[in-house]
Amino acid sequence: MRRMARFHLRINGHEHELDAEPGDSLLSAIRDDFGYTGSKFGCGEGHCGACTVLVDGQAVRSCVARVGAMAGKSITTIEALAEGDRLHPVQQAFLDAEAFQCGYCTSGMIMATVSLLRTNPNPTEADIARVMDRNVCRCGTFPRIVEAIRLAANRMRTSTATGVGR
Amino acid sequence: MTKDEMPAIEAERYEFDEASRYRFELERRDFIRLFGAGLLVVVAAPEIAAQQQGESGRRGGREEASNELAAWLHIGEDGRVTACTGKVEIGQNARTSLTQTVADELRVPVASVAFVMGDTDRTPYDRGTFGSRTTPTMAPQMARAAATAREMLIDRAAQTWSVDRASLTAKDGRIAAPGGRTIGYGELTKGQTLTGMVAADAAVEKAGAWQARGKPQKKVDGRAFVTGAHEYPADIKRPGLVYGRIVRPEAYGATLVSVDDARAKAIAGVQVVRDGDFLGVVAPTERDAKRAASLVRATWKVPAGQPSSDTIYDYLKKNEESGGRGSDPQRVGDVERARRDAAKTFEASYRIPYIAHVPLEPRAAVAEWQDGKLTVWTGTQRPFGVKAELVEAFHLPEDRVRVIMPDMGAGFGGKHTGECAIEAARLAKAAGKPVKIVYTRAEEFSWAYLRPAGVIDVRSALDAGGRIVAWEFHNWNSGGSGIDTPYDVPNQLIQFHPTKTPLRQGSYRGLAATANHYVREMQMDLMARAIGADAVEFRLKHLTNDRVRNILQAVAKKAGWPKPSAAGRALGIACGTEKGGYVATAAELSKTADGFRVERVVVGFECGAIVNPDGLNNQVEGAVVQGLGGALFEHIEFADGRILNGTMEQYRVPRFKDMPKIEVVLLDRKDLPSAGAGETPLVCVAPAIGSAARAFGKVAEELPVRFA
Repeated sequence: MRRMARFHLRINGHEHELDAEPGDSLLSAIRDDFGYTGSKFGCGEGHCGACTVLVDGQAVRSCVARVGAMAGKSITTIEALAEGDRLHPVQQAFLDAEAFQCGYCTSGMIMATVSLLRTNPNPTEADIARVMDRNVCRCGTFPRIVEAIRLAANRMRTSTATGVGR
Repeated sequence: MTKDEMPAIEAERYEFDEASRYRFELERRDFIRLFGAGLLVVVAAPEIAAQQQGESGRRGGREEASNELAAWLHIGEDGRVTACTGKVEIGQNARTSLTQTVADELRVPVASVAFVMGDTDRTPYDRGTFGSRTTPTMAPQMARAAATAREMLIDRAAQTWSVDRASLTAKDGRIAAPGGRTIGYGELTKGQTLTGMVAADAAVEKAGAWQARGKPQKKVDGRAFVTGAHEYPADIKRPGLVYGRIVRPEAYGATLVSVDDARAKAIAGVQVVRDGDFLGVVAPTERDAKRAASLVRATWKVPAGQPSSDTIYDYLKKNEESGGRGSDPQRVGDVERARRDAAKTFEASYRIPYIAHVPLEPRAAVAEWQDGKLTVWTGTQRPFGVKAELVEAFHLPEDRVRVIMPDMGAGFGGKHTGECAIEAARLAKAAGKPVKIVYTRAEEFSWAYLRPAGVIDVRSALDAGGRIVAWEFHNWNSGGSGIDTPYDVPNQLIQFHPTKTPLRQGSYRGLAATANHYVREMQMDLMARAIGADAVEFRLKHLTNDRVRNILQAVAKKAGWPKPSAAGRALGIACGTEKGGYVATAAELSKTADGFRVERVVVGFECGAIVNPDGLNNQVEGAVVQGLGGALFEHIEFADGRILNGTMEQYRVPRFKDMPKIEVVLLDRKDLPSAGAGETPLVCVAPAIGSAARAFGKVAEELPVRFA
């Protein structure tokens, strides 16, 4: 009945081992087993985005992602975004625009934005609304988040031109 | 702030605001233990102030402090300032605005002030963070404490240097004398255990002279949110931590008949805990706790004949409860006669559904028993209330329970209660280890509490000159706050009718005022339309309150009233006052195939002297967005004691694609005391939308706003 197995997860560049069932949620492993609590539990249905992490650079709802599907993949959480004290441009933009109130959605919003800007460096407001629509800020800071995303996009395009962007 | 200056604020009827049964203030030796040497200033409850005056009152005198809230302020030997309040930070930005207040009065940089909030062992008692009370009541206390500390430091420097205190000034954490001599606050308090009580007349700065207040201040711990470093209640880890989950009843009011836990217990390390109708599991991992809970076979007896979201409105009217708090009718003149003599009469009956708070962080608690003392980290707006619940649930002495509230992932009035803390503590007691519980989203929908449903009946009348001559307003269950009309009407009958409720209900951001404003403003709009009057002019004709008039006119101007900004759109407007704040909202709608879309919202807010303009702007925008949810789609569906749409997918909350353009107008009244801002900017969103929608078709008498 139980299908416990050992899984190898690559999180933030570190190899982690986990005994779990293949259908177990990636978020639980990230938070409870490995202590990356920057990724949040919000709904467990993949409909609020608080748990968003990057899997091979793409935004994934880790609460509905299965540990069994992570073999050979590289997982990045909010904890690995900054380089030392230097914030990622998306983090800096959220901070500068103060695009949060309680902050519980913030790490998921930031990870979703990093993923968005990777494929679309200059998103329109409609692009943002479409791609980010599964990320909820219950405090209602959406206008500020849109502003932060534009700020980050502008800065990253400018810095890419000078070779310091990521 | 004196009593006279206090805005008349009516208490919400659904706040869970029972006072703790006992209040034991810390003794001086405990202060030293908690803070070490330095200078400590205490703002105490009046009776304590009188008692301790002789011992520590530098200023002497026996004046009764009119202070209702306790606060502590400590300056360490290193010059670090620690302020302690029982208020909590839930996203409303109180940590930052209170820090601005202390820094300003104490003349220190914002960065040198740290706040301890909502820790029952380290902060003074507080009833809770609700009702938009932190800014109007706690901030003045903190200001007095900081001003007192500043004056004590000046006294101390004057003594040290043997100079006239009047020649000294406080700036940047130092006392300066003419000629350039300065000394740091830390040096002045070195090796000391100075304590001071705050005099009721402590000289605090008028808003016009504010330095750190009155200008934008970034969130003091903003960086921790963008790095993921901030620890929310759900993130707390303790050595040996295990995970709990509750096996929930099938429906409200169900009782536990039998349990088969064999399959759950077959998982290694799983423990099943049953205590009366309480049923939960503990497991070494969160995954196993979830699995084990799903494997427990419990049989429940569910009471039959519970009302549903379809029958609730009849139920509420038929189940009135007499003698509830604040349920006496307010009568002015004679509404019956005024209606008989009127030129036109109007009546309507509105239905207000239950809605859910949906804080993004669900309820969470980590409970730990150590040497007979219980410590619980949990997300709550009432840490001292939760402590009282734990004391009662576990029959413990007060000093054996500590509740710590790490700044949490929002509340909106939905986290006043201690059920999650009690559940975690019960499981931790059985497990002999610290236990964490994080509610699932479904649990948060079903086993927290909701904004009350209600029925509101309104009858009004106009004379031949278009003046309102009668106003009758009855609210069943949705609450009495904001029930009064700000308009001048000679004949009024206004009454709140408490009723039974089939679902658990409680506080909510802008609770009853949202429903009461919706119905009142929709009725104002209806009357204006009926006589072809301009909705703004019609309101102004009945308004003598300058603060309501000013904010309404400011919003009308910004919105371009009465013309929408684009062809084919409709513009609606509403105004009001609640909890000492004054609000007006205009909404611009376009027509869509299946209804309408909100394209633009102009919101104006005036709450006296603005402490943090950017923080206020953020709150006001957020309130509008939250208001959009209740105005456009949020409603709880239920039947047979079960919530039918209790998932994030089914229960729709505002998202990026729902966002209109939001324009915020803030009026800064430096001549008036600051009121709270967390709730009031929400209350006119729905009626502004509802009145605009009337341009496209008949609007149903209910929330959410939809065509009839």
